[in-house]
Amino acid sequence: MIALENVTKRYGSTTVVDDVSLTFGGEGIVALIGPNGAGKSTLFSLVGRLLKPDAGTVSVDGLDVATASSPELATALAVLRQDNHVGARLTVHDLVEFGRFPHSRGRLTEVDRDHIERAIDYLELDAYRGRFLDELSGGQRQRAFIAMVLAQDTRYVLLDEPLNNLDLRHMTEIMKLLRRMADELDKRIVVVLHDINFAATYADRIVAMREGRVVADAPAAEVMDAAVLERVYDTPVDVHEIDGRPVALYYS
Amino acid sequence: MPTDTFEVGAPEIPAPLRRGRGLRELWSQPWVRLTVLAAVIAVAVGIYLFTDVPGSLAFALRIRGLTVAAMLVVATAVGVSTVVFHTITANRILTPSIMGFDAFYVLISTIIVFFLGSQSFLTFDPLTLWLVQVGVMMTFSSALFTWLFGGRRRSVHLMLLVGIVLGVFFRSFAEWMQRMLDPLDFQVLSDAMFASLTRPDELLLTLTGALVVAGAIATVPLLRTLDVLTLGAPAAIGLGVEHRRVVLALFTIVSLMVAASTALVGPILFFGLIVANLAYSYAGSFRHAWTLPCAVGIGMLCLIGGQLVLEQVFGYGGTLSTIIEFAGGLFFLYLVLRKGAR
Repeated sequence: MIALENVTKRYGSTTVVDDVSLTFGGEGIVALIGPNGAGKSTLFSLVGRLLKPDAGTVSVDGLDVATASSPELATALAVLRQDNHVGARLTVHDLVEFGRFPHSRGRLTEVDRDHIERAIDYLELDAYRGRFLDELSGGQRQRAFIAMVLAQDTRYVLLDEPLNNLDLRHMTEIMKLLRRMADELDKRIVVVLHDINFAATYADRIVAMREGRVVADAPAAEVMDAAVLERVYDTPVDVHEIDGRPVALYYS
Repeated sequence: MPTDTFEVGAPEIPAPLRRGRGLRELWSQPWVRLTVLAAVIAVAVGIYLFTDVPGSLAFALRIRGLTVAAMLVVATAVGVSTVVFHTITANRILTPSIMGFDAFYVLISTIIVFFLGSQSFLTFDPLTLWLVQVGVMMTFSSALFTWLFGGRRRSVHLMLLVGIVLGVFFRSFAEWMQRMLDPLDFQVLSDAMFASLTRPDELLLTLTGALVVAGAIATVPLLRTLDVLTLGAPAAIGLGVEHRRVVLALFTIVSLMVAASTALVGPILFFGLIVANLAYSYAGSFRHAWTLPCAVGIGMLCLIGGQLVLEQVFGYGGTLSTIIEFAGGLFFLYLVLRKGAR
């Protein structure tokens, strides 16, 4: 379980995460939604030990993130961030190999190679393994990074807006993939999403944030409510039932 | 061979197999490229040692051997420090000179000439001078580092920015003092401002060599961590790299190597940028186990080649840095433009 207890983070005088207590890491997918600047990415950075909270504690499986050893945490929790700019020219295989660093410290064993192969297979990247990252399309690149996270073989996987800059087909592909990872591999996935309809379709639970606070935390169907969503985004949202599923309309 | 400093194991995964057979495939292997580089260096060193011997061969070998040793030390310091610096700062257009090492060297020398005169500068005990230079440069860089990276702020960029500003300040301050020197003193000082690899002091060369070799050895266990750092600090932290500790260790190694070699031969970082970038395109792998020895080798080739050109073509009518910067710069431009055209 990933547990945040009364966590507060300020940038200067601006409070971006405001006394948040939250537990996630149960089975399935948790979608984290909310307007820009709600504190979603900051929350991820606090869990991924890129930032230190000004107050409160974050723990992963009982390990306090502030004091636990970084390599140990890296075998329990993988974080895929929003922008993944790589300075050097890496191939897909090189990248996926990095996922094994927490386990092997760079000296690959048979077990490591096995994990790398399985991750590449799972993401259907076999044909691209020798390609350089800058020769891939956006969708393939994103899959390569998810393969790295998968090779890291952690129980918890945090993804910050993995659908950014992808087209309809690739967004759906990535979400189906996350669903499969949760169902088949028992990954505990937390994903930041901007398209609430994807959240409603693929997530089991939705956590909505606004101005640094959690304003809704419930099964996906319950959060898909016009009143709730309007409060989260501060903009009119209609929710209709189409083919038995709630669909939010916010385009006009 | 300069590359012997590094214990390079076989690559974990063979370089991506490309189409093309025989020589081309062989050439895509980093170890082949490194071997070729080492062979070229060996030939250049041979030419330098054995041609144009005016008198006793043994005497010439002794004197020239010292120069070759100094070149090795400098090439290792420059190659390793620049590549490591690039990886830490996630930037390939900087060199550690941005932290003001060269500026400090110039300033300290200027202060000595300014207050004590060129006579005492020339007769100054070289060991004391070296110790003072290394001490001051190390103190400055560690102060800058702990101030701007060790605290809560932890920003590499802020540290670089402050480093640049202070570097410019020290340089201007030194220039201001130089303007008030008498012409003879100024002449002596100007000579000291160009890196000179010939006839190094044996004791200082041994000391510097020991520090640089120690630094290179200390880098070996960190090679794979350096690879992970190319993904950027956030991703590296996510993969369990203890970023602050590792960067502190690497930065200390870089500072020590650069400070010691600068104090030995004068400002040397000028060709780090060319050497490192040539190494990235030559090595054929992003892995530091290959890019680092390649950078050292290319640095050595620049130094020995430049020295040969200086002696054979220009008859000592110039400085080594001019030749390396001119030829290396042109070659570097060619590489960049050729890549852009593709």
